[in-house]
Amino acid sequence: MARLNVNGKLRTVEVEADTPLLWVIREQLGLTGTKYGCGVAQCGACSVHMNGELRRSCSIPVGTVKASDRITTIEGLSRNASHPVQKAWAEIDVPQCGYCQSGQIMAAAALLARNKRPTDADIDAAMTNICRCGTYQRVRAAIKLAAGGVKVAGGAL
Amino acid sequence: MSAAVGISRRRFIIDSAVAGGGLAVGLSLPGAVMAVPAAAGASSASALGGSFGATAPGAEVTVWVVVQPDDHCVIRIARTEMGQGTLTGLAQLVAEELECDWAKVKTEFPTPGQSLARKRAWGEMGTGGSRGIRMSEDYVRRGGAAARIMLLQAAATRLGVPGAELAVERGVIRHAASGRSLRYGEVCEAAARLDVPDPRSITLKKPADWKIAGKPLKRLDTAPKLDGSKKFALDLELPGMLYAAIKDCPVFGGKVVSFDETALASRKGVKRVVRVGDTAVAVVADSWWRARSALAALPIVWDEAGFGNRSSATIDALLKDGLDTPNAFVYRNEGDAPAAIAGAVKRIDADYATPFLAHATMEPMNATARVTADRAEAWVPTQNGEGSHASLAEATGLPLDRCEIYKCDPGGGFGRRGGNQDYVRQAALIAKQFPGVPVKLIWSREEDMAHDFYRPISQCRLSAGLDEKGQLAGLQVRLSGQSINAFINPGSVADGRDERQLQGWFEKPGDAQLGYTVPNLRIEYAMRNSHVPVGPWRGVNTNQNGVYMECFMEEVARAAGADPWQFRRRLMANHPKHLAVLDAAAERAGWGKPLPAGVHRGIAQFMGYGSYSAAVAEVSIGTDGHVKVHRLVFALNCGHAVNPHQIAAQVEGSVAYGLSATFYGECTVENGRMVQSNFHDYPIMRMAEMPPVETIVMPSNDFWGGVGEPTICVVGPAVLNAIFAATGRPVRSLPLRKYNLA
Ligand code: FES
Ligand code: FES
Repeated sequence: MARLNVNGKLRTVEVEADTPLLWVIREQLGLTGTKYGCGVAQCGACSVHMNGELRRSCSIPVGTVKASDRITTIEGLSRNASHPVQKAWAEIDVPQCGYCQSGQIMAAAALLARNKRPTDADIDAAMTNICRCGTYQRVRAAIKLAAGGVKVAGGAL
Repeated sequence: MSAAVGISRRRFIIDSAVAGGGLAVGLSLPGAVMAVPAAAGASSASALGGSFGATAPGAEVTVWVVVQPDDHCVIRIARTEMGQGTLTGLAQLVAEELECDWAKVKTEFPTPGQSLARKRAWGEMGTGGSRGIRMSEDYVRRGGAAARIMLLQAAATRLGVPGAELAVERGVIRHAASGRSLRYGEVCEAAARLDVPDPRSITLKKPADWKIAGKPLKRLDTAPKLDGSKKFALDLELPGMLYAAIKDCPVFGGKVVSFDETALASRKGVKRVVRVGDTAVAVVADSWWRARSALAALPIVWDEAGFGNRSSATIDALLKDGLDTPNAFVYRNEGDAPAAIAGAVKRIDADYATPFLAHATMEPMNATARVTADRAEAWVPTQNGEGSHASLAEATGLPLDRCEIYKCDPGGGFGRRGGNQDYVRQAALIAKQFPGVPVKLIWSREEDMAHDFYRPISQCRLSAGLDEKGQLAGLQVRLSGQSINAFINPGSVADGRDERQLQGWFEKPGDAQLGYTVPNLRIEYAMRNSHVPVGPWRGVNTNQNGVYMECFMEEVARAAGADPWQFRRRLMANHPKHLAVLDAAAERAGWGKPLPAGVHRGIAQFMGYGSYSAAVAEVSIGTDGHVKVHRLVFALNCGHAVNPHQIAAQVEGSVAYGLSATFYGECTVENGRMVQSNFHDYPIMRMAEMPPVETIVMPSNDFWGGVGEPTICVVGPAVLNAIFAATGRPVRSLPLRKYNLA
């Protein structure tokens, strides 16, 4: 049994302690916006915020999570996709298939929370999620837009 | 909350479908008859698993267009949307002819069962080979235009005026003389009762007059990708659902001998261990994680069927034999290339090689199936809905009209989810053993890497001869490698005459034509098939052959002491479209202008998937051997540009896919199985390695070419040629990470 604080709600789940947080979020809590891509902390599709920090939920055994840990998934990032990162993503039209995008958005939101004006190097260092469709150029442009930059033709380069 | 409302509305439609004697009648509007038998009408899918199929209420004016009383136009999309933007592009083409309000456009995907019941009214559903738009643009535009004509005709009748006096803009029909107007929503019912005009009688708009098509509009499908609300097949939840994890014999061609279920006795939630065909075992449990961890603990004995001794080394020997054999399929033989090369002033020879590559779509293979004695349904991330349908029917033994596929937008396709519907077959075989229970099969990433249909492995031997003026006198190409056609249908290429593997060297125009004229040219293919399954892969064949041809052309140009751009240009006078993109990329990139110290340029052009591509790369190499790509400039002539914004996105995507292959991608074989298992040993390019990409979209508006795949064939060669410029040594074998460039 585990007690979890997800998107501001306290939830109790019956699972083995070694179950990855990702699968608890998806299967027990029904929050499927957080994706499975690799299961080994390589791709970032499963990214969530825990106490404000970016974490790859596929590699966190649920038994190590405390009820006092505040977990935010993509569904809890904002109301009506109103987070500046989500708005910039819509403006730049970032997603292709969309599968990696929950993770990309959570990573970008975590970056901007600690660094209001990230440089290209900051973005390179922070954004290590895999996008197989190759949306990287637009992800970069959208982060800059969300950080108060201006949109330029062909993306905010 | 809104989801519940959506579901109950769906239920209402289904109920009325049943009441309507087996026909789904959208909101019982006259003329909106959907000749969809209730059996194929997605009842459980719509009620339980979200909205699937052509079910929107409203008046079906043509098979492509449903108009709703509030003026929303629902445009039907038969092709798959897997990120490439085809949904938006096709909707733009229909909306352009329909003259509707773009802000009121919605889309829906007919199901394969609906397609079957309506005699393929929407044409082909398969989406691969960059064909989604170019192969359906004509009939979807006519479908939109026919609907416009019918709506105008209905309005003319209502207003009692000649149709010629009406004008329409954004779904509002105006009669200038009387000042009266009607909205599409007001005449849709009447329009739907009219006969559809003969599509061949319709004159389509000229691209110069386009207002919606050809514009860099935003995608229609972005919003649910921003807040986690988009449901991929992997996210599907149905009441009573069970979950399956699968392991297929790691040695290709092998079989299951036995497994020891008792080892899982103490595991919570495990329902059963089942055989899946002859080759795989699945654990079915009450959650996927429980199924997966139980599977990992399950002892399985495999029969490796004699393939356990195959390795990359044995496959390499097989391919080398194909380079050396005198017996090859001679595809082109113009002049006398061997003699021209033998008699040349200077001769250049090189052997190139590219490895097997996995697709590694971000959403791993998965499918959900529910099978009863007389009906089967499956929810599938598919590039080929009709292929999924056929697989489901075959695996369950039920006729096609008792089977239905609910297409889910795949989280990436790249050719993996098209012709090969192995995961649908597996899901069906598993679900068959749990009658009436929906079973969601999810592959682990490890399974996904172990059982792909890989990009075919090949090697290529190229020889060229230069005359005394440094002109290319002869070119000989021998390709040796695996054949996709041989894997799909061995009989079709039993004699080894498989032109498909030579994409990019074609003589005929239109698809993948070689852009060079060489007086003495010989192109050969020696088919060499290993036990590893192969299949299409974003830009397949043109991306391997592009590396061979364009990197070798660089070697030849340098041997001639010529500028690589100018050397190519001299061979391209007969191929103005190839030449135009090459020139455009070179000029935009500032070819020949000085670069910062340590930065070098490379250039390439190649044709594939009906379009002309060229690229220029700027690259530097650090003292530690680290390659940095500073800039990539592309020029693409895809004939017609339906959405330049999305075309640029596809070019950017092809860079990420192509550079991942160039730098890292390699699937190797040991003990008959794939070595690589996840992204730690099959690395994918990330943000820090993504160069700025500039794309020139230069449609000539006299043909329709593809977009999703063409440019990938110049990504690798442009970068490799820039590396050649930097080091003075060609790169002849991929991936680059095998080289020490320090
Ligand atoms: S699924 Fe967690 S990092 Fe890939
Ligand atoms: S948008 Fe498809 S994987 Fe990133």
